[in-house]
Amino acid sequence: MGEPLIFEHSRAGRRAFAQAPLSTNEDNIPQSLRRTDTPTLPAVSELQLVRHFTRLSQRNFSIDTQFYPLGSCTMKYNPRACNSLALLPGFAGRHPLGPESHGQGYLACMFELQEMLQSVTGMKAVSLTPMAGAQGELAGVAMIRAYHVANGDDGRNEIIVPDAAHGTNPATATMCGCTVREIPTGADGDVDIEALKEVVGPNTAGIMLTNPSTLGVFERRITEIAKIVHDAGGLLYYDGANLNAILGKVRPGDMGFDVIHLNLHKTFSTPHGGGGPGSGAVGVGERLKPFLPIPVVGKQESAGETKFCWLSEEDIPQSIGRLSGFMGNAGVLIRAYVYMRMVGKDGMKRIAEFATLNANYLQQCLKDAGFQLAFPTRRASHEFIVTLKGEAKTMNVTAMDFAKALLDKGFHAPTTYFPLLVPECLLIEPTETETKDSVDRFVDALIAIKEEAMMDADKVKGAPYSLPVRRLDDVKAARQLDLAWRPKA
Amino acid sequence: MPFIPHTEEEVVAMLGTIGASDINDLFDEIPRDLLIKDLDGVPDALNEMEIKRLMQDRAALDIGAKCFIGAGAYEHHIPAAVWDIATRGEFYSAYTPYQAEASQGTLQTIYEYQTMVTSLTGLDVSNASLYDGASGLAEAALMAVRANRKSKSRRVLLTAGVNHTYEKVACAIAGSQGLEFERMPLDIETGKSDVSVLDEQGDPPVAVVIQQPSFLGTYEDADAITNWAHANGALVIAVVNPVSLAVLKPPGQWGEAGADIAGGEGQPLGIPMSSGGPYFGIMTCKEKIVRQMPGRIVGRTTDLDGNPGFTLTLQAREQHIRRSKATSNICTNQGLMVTAATIHMSLLGLEGLAAVALRSQVQTAKLVDLLTSIDGVTAAFSTPHFHEAVIRLNQPVGPVLDALAEQDILGGYDLTTDFPELGNALLICATETKTDDDLESYVKALANVLAK
Repeated sequence: MGEPLIFEHSRAGRRAFAQAPLSTNEDNIPQSLRRTDTPTLPAVSELQLVRHFTRLSQRNFSIDTQFYPLGSCTMKYNPRACNSLALLPGFAGRHPLGPESHGQGYLACMFELQEMLQSVTGMKAVSLTPMAGAQGELAGVAMIRAYHVANGDDGRNEIIVPDAAHGTNPATATMCGCTVREIPTGADGDVDIEALKEVVGPNTAGIMLTNPSTLGVFERRITEIAKIVHDAGGLLYYDGANLNAILGKVRPGDMGFDVIHLNLHKTFSTPHGGGGPGSGAVGVGERLKPFLPIPVVGKQESAGETKFCWLSEEDIPQSIGRLSGFMGNAGVLIRAYVYMRMVGKDGMKRIAEFATLNANYLQQCLKDAGFQLAFPTRRASHEFIVTLKGEAKTMNVTAMDFAKALLDKGFHAPTTYFPLLVPECLLIEPTETETKDSVDRFVDALIAIKEEAMMDADKVKGAPYSLPVRRLDDVKAARQLDLAWRPKA
Repeated sequence: MPFIPHTEEEVVAMLGTIGASDINDLFDEIPRDLLIKDLDGVPDALNEMEIKRLMQDRAALDIGAKCFIGAGAYEHHIPAAVWDIATRGEFYSAYTPYQAEASQGTLQTIYEYQTMVTSLTGLDVSNASLYDGASGLAEAALMAVRANRKSKSRRVLLTAGVNHTYEKVACAIAGSQGLEFERMPLDIETGKSDVSVLDEQGDPPVAVVIQQPSFLGTYEDADAITNWAHANGALVIAVVNPVSLAVLKPPGQWGEAGADIAGGEGQPLGIPMSSGGPYFGIMTCKEKIVRQMPGRIVGRTTDLDGNPGFTLTLQAREQHIRRSKATSNICTNQGLMVTAATIHMSLLGLEGLAAVALRSQVQTAKLVDLLTSIDGVTAAFSTPHFHEAVIRLNQPVGPVLDALAEQDILGGYDLTTDFPELGNALLICATETKTDDDLESYVKALANVLAK
């Protein structure tokens, strides 16, 4: 039985009276500017509301309720302290345009966060303003373009992207007015170096790489790639989606990258929130420092006193500019700051170590159980790929069917059908916060689904059976658009 | 080990399965010379008690002032239920609802949000949010270019009262695709756009952006500007405050045909000011251009058994399918903020939201009356205003604001840089959270500062 829409709980004349101010008619809004219709907002009591949204919440899978091995998304535990401390009234209630004198606590946290992110990435400066990974990418490519333009090298407008890249990479290049040159991946999962050599040239603005790649393997010839691109006059962009795999072990700055974005909602454990907010802080090497997006937090020392301040247009005149109305997703940044301080120096590398341990253990268990790995000769990074093309062929049970059947067994599905170049794939990322027990149960579930598929493929193809809804008609959703409820006339 | 559950025995067993003797063996594909030893820029770990103490001390530095700043972020009362429910783990720690069957809670919430927000703007469809109001304007402008194929122009005309930061952000994001932004002049008597320039336009723009109420708190002639735009082949983009729409004429009803796209900053709907984010960007539009809309959209459909359910739809517009030809690169949006806003709108209802809008208007009007009774302070415009208004001082604004801040009064937004034509102008805002005593304390402080 579904939960009715909130509008179906609504009755005219009902209201949560205590939660809003008393109405007034002393305003001076001219009649001609007023609306005369009645917008569809519900009229419910607070208890009705609490029940409705609590019930809705229970119709979700989440990290707090299920193992959520969604590859490339780093669904690790989100510590409670990060949330409660970010909501302290001094932080949550601060107006973004409040004076620096009334923001020293917040600015101190942000300055230290910039310094810590610089240290873990090996970059020379950080701006925290981008509001999600894709906006960090936009900032990065815009900086690369600004650098070439400042050098009188306007013609460099090609961005090289491996075929395994996240969709945001090519989409970002387009948004920045660049053209995309796609290069293939070799059979071992590394970038095809010969293909790279062929595409670099006088039009190369840069290359966007994820390392470890979305194939779950470390790009072993990264130093050589950096040299090829730099020699051709291009710059290297690091997509930080997979930073969890190498935190505290290797740094993008040391690999030769010129610019990087971080997904703080992945590596630094801020919540995914049902699709956001994220935070896409960017770090740069020396060459791109003048182009950082503003504002950035600076520190002034005078007469033994430390004061934190905003650096903006006047301080960074060549900046690519502002990307948000104020300074980005500040509350997310506070959560990331608390997380980094709690994990500390030694904890950073433990994150990579145990994320990698869980992934390699899970990979080995699945291999031993007869599942086919996409790159069987490689170490897993913090994630790896299983291909179900054999199962699809012999049993007609696809990666999608396995994903849906996993839901019935109480596990969120891994990422399916990405990267696009591996057929019938599951991209699996357990993260460091899962116990061996939950990883073992996940292996058992996949084995059980395979056995069920051998007995009765149709049953698996009909999954899920135990969730609030069964498989949904996506074609109908797109053809008969129903995107908002409207009261019956 | 913070947040890592492994026991020593488990580590040994897992390494045994893998066939490795040490965790470091798992990193043997990484070139040796790249491995680092130490992170000198990260301090040693703090336990929860220690970090709590640190954060409490720091938060205490930022608290205690009375805030009369608006300028795009507004202090409204947020009922306790809003964040109590929004931070339930099932909402807080879920991800993008790609597995629809396991995400019906988030999906239905977004569908309810789409219903409420389209109803407020008077348009047909909404997406599941953009990052914030400012970046939302960039996306709206890019969308207008895609949707208005008949226009050859890449010029976007802004009313005089569009937030200057929004224009800067739109330039930074959309400028590299050739979009140009141009601003109508301000009529400094009325605080509205000087519409007489519309008839002096050469080639018409691809779109006109109307911010209503304007950044200065005034009301534009939205009907006339909308009609002019449509008569000249331009689309109309509305930038609105969602709270104001409980009372004001919605963009979908502007002029003869209504605005084509309406968006704005969602923060006033239950989102804490929190130093500027996370907020969310509203984007709604007419159904005929929905395929040009960026971002995720939720639709209602049926499942295998014919029961209703919710799913992401029209995904062929998006980067994970269309890659370099997508409508935008946006992936993660501001999901949790939309959940909170949906709860907030549901709890207040139309009457409650209208009461917030009207109370805020009344308190700001009172504040203007009180402040302009001080020698050296005048109202900048004679026209009506919403919950922000411009006053003019007889001396430079910056030092006055500094002096007020020393008395823990955050006196408003200094307009000197953005609108130099207005002289020593200050944008003030009092929402329903400001009592008459709060207003008095501001008046007293300003009178003291100006008397010095």
